[in-house]
Amino acid sequence: MTRFLAGRLAGLVAVLLVTSVVVFGTLHLAPGDPVTFLLHGRPASPETVAALRAEHHLDDPLAVQYGKWLGGVLSGDFGRSAQYHQDVTALLGSRLPGTALLVGYSALLVAVLGVGAGVLAALRPGLLDRTVLIGTGVATATPSFVTAIALVSLFSVQLGWFPGPGGGAAGGLGPRLHQLTLPALALALTFAGLLARVTRSAMLDEMGREHVEVARARGVAGRSVVRRHVLRNALGPVVTVGGTMLAGLLIGTAIVETAFDVPGLGSLLVQSVTSQDFAVVQAVTLLSVAAFVLVNLAVDLLAPLIDPRLSPGEGSS
Amino acid sequence: MTTTLTTVPYRRPGLRRLRLLGQGPLFTVSVAVLAVLVLVAVSAPLLAPYDPEALDLGASLVGTTGDHLLGTDQSGRDILSRLLHGARTGLLGPLLVVGVSTLLGTLLGVVAAWRGGWTDALLSRAMDLVFSVPGLMLAILLVAVTGPGMTAPVIAMAVAYTPYVGRLVRGIARQEKARPYVEAYVVQGWSGWTVCVRHLLPNIAPTVFAQSAMNFGYALMDLAALSFLGFGVQPPTADWGAMINEGQGAVLQGAMLPALAPSVCIVLAVVAFGIVGEGLADRIARREKQTP
Repeated sequence: MTRFLAGRLAGLVAVLLVTSVVVFGTLHLAPGDPVTFLLHGRPASPETVAALRAEHHLDDPLAVQYGKWLGGVLSGDFGRSAQYHQDVTALLGSRLPGTALLVGYSALLVAVLGVGAGVLAALRPGLLDRTVLIGTGVATATPSFVTAIALVSLFSVQLGWFPGPGGGAAGGLGPRLHQLTLPALALALTFAGLLARVTRSAMLDEMGREHVEVARARGVAGRSVVRRHVLRNALGPVVTVGGTMLAGLLIGTAIVETAFDVPGLGSLLVQSVTSQDFAVVQAVTLLSVAAFVLVNLAVDLLAPLIDPRLSPGEGSS
Repeated sequence: MTTTLTTVPYRRPGLRRLRLLGQGPLFTVSVAVLAVLVLVAVSAPLLAPYDPEALDLGASLVGTTGDHLLGTDQSGRDILSRLLHGARTGLLGPLLVVGVSTLLGTLLGVVAAWRGGWTDALLSRAMDLVFSVPGLMLAILLVAVTGPGMTAPVIAMAVAYTPYVGRLVRGIARQEKARPYVEAYVVQGWSGWTVCVRHLLPNIAPTVFAQSAMNFGYALMDLAALSFLGFGVQPPTADWGAMINEGQGAVLQGAMLPALAPSVCIVLAVVAFGIVGEGLADRIARREKQTP
């Protein structure tokens, strides 16, 4: 276990280091002088140019530049945003709660809808099972921005139940959740469809096993068999897949926040690419990759706690 | 006196015997959908009733009429013509992504499996590394420096999809390498390159092909998402993802078609690629059971 942990941590550090090199290096991939790119055509006084050169340490050798940049990043300094004239770290801090709420809401929907539909399909073969299979098949093939259009058209334009894109900032938590319902649903449906399929097949696998048959033969009540013998054992793969989905949700916020005009990290990233606010782009991509990798590692470490058969060690590699 | 060793070439049934038809109605329909899609993409200029980029501000958001079968968008462009032309960018992008990632992934996977040892360890770690970086982020980062357009998203996605193919190929190539026929060829003095190209590759090709079909659908979805964000195909060029972006405003005005029509096309294409890919993979798995 210790060796496994050490290996995974080394892998994590390697991924983050390489990502940081790529994120840093892309600035120098841009054609021409980095300063021209950072200014992207805006007229600038010599003082501004000098300030930019100093801020990005452009007069140092490349390796030193990278070292200084990485040092800044590690101490929480991502530079200044050209678009918002404010420190990137503060800007990210102001956008983080919106995205965190959206991802949390979405994750809840994925868990409830996905596991619910999967369990239902496994327990009720026939029409219901087939309906769930077709529904999840379509859901997994529907990208979130398509779901977003469909939801807006149905629930905010036709029925008027939920506000459409860019409804303005709402006050308390209740109105904000109400406002985030359609974005969270759009983000969740694709993943929920996938989780439902995983849940269904994990349940069916377990139901065909001997210990379930024995439990039934012993006269254990049906509900109890499902809850204690089937569901509990099927939970392993469900949690593993569900956890990796959390990482996917994080990345998906860029699309959904843009579609619904939600002020968060994802929409900030997209705006910053459009307005070539490169410091912000670097910060958000680096943090997203870090979060993505960390969540995946956490899932790998937590999965054996739920299902000891998944624990790395003797026999398995 | 010498004895000549002859080996009967071990050959699994190839792609030709993976019949595309006769696998149930859903599979057949999906194959037909994909065939129509390719046909439309190739002959879009002949089929389209209007110039997909011709503006007609006097005919903005016209519903379905005899003149415009699917109506017009906010700038008065004919939606049907834009859909037909959109099939071209819609298929060309994923084709490049899948082509490059399949070639690169197969090469890396086979080399890793064949060489083993250090080469394998190094290539596997490198693939793990790329695998753990989300493709969408890579694409967005690249677009941030090179500016919007198809090139950056296609390159980023090709890189991001390579480890998916590479890991799969490495796994099945290792199994294949352990089979007696490979050793028989090696003992006879065949070079590793020849054995790989002439015998190992044809045997793993069906599995790789099935995976590529599924990847095609995912790549289509990813590239459409990037176009929707405004990073991929640029207006006024017709593209399904970009059309959905442009149609958002019309949805709020109650006009569904400008955004709905390209949405349906994307979902249909992704579902069809998924069913074909899964169907092929199922068929290969069933056959593996029959011929040990």
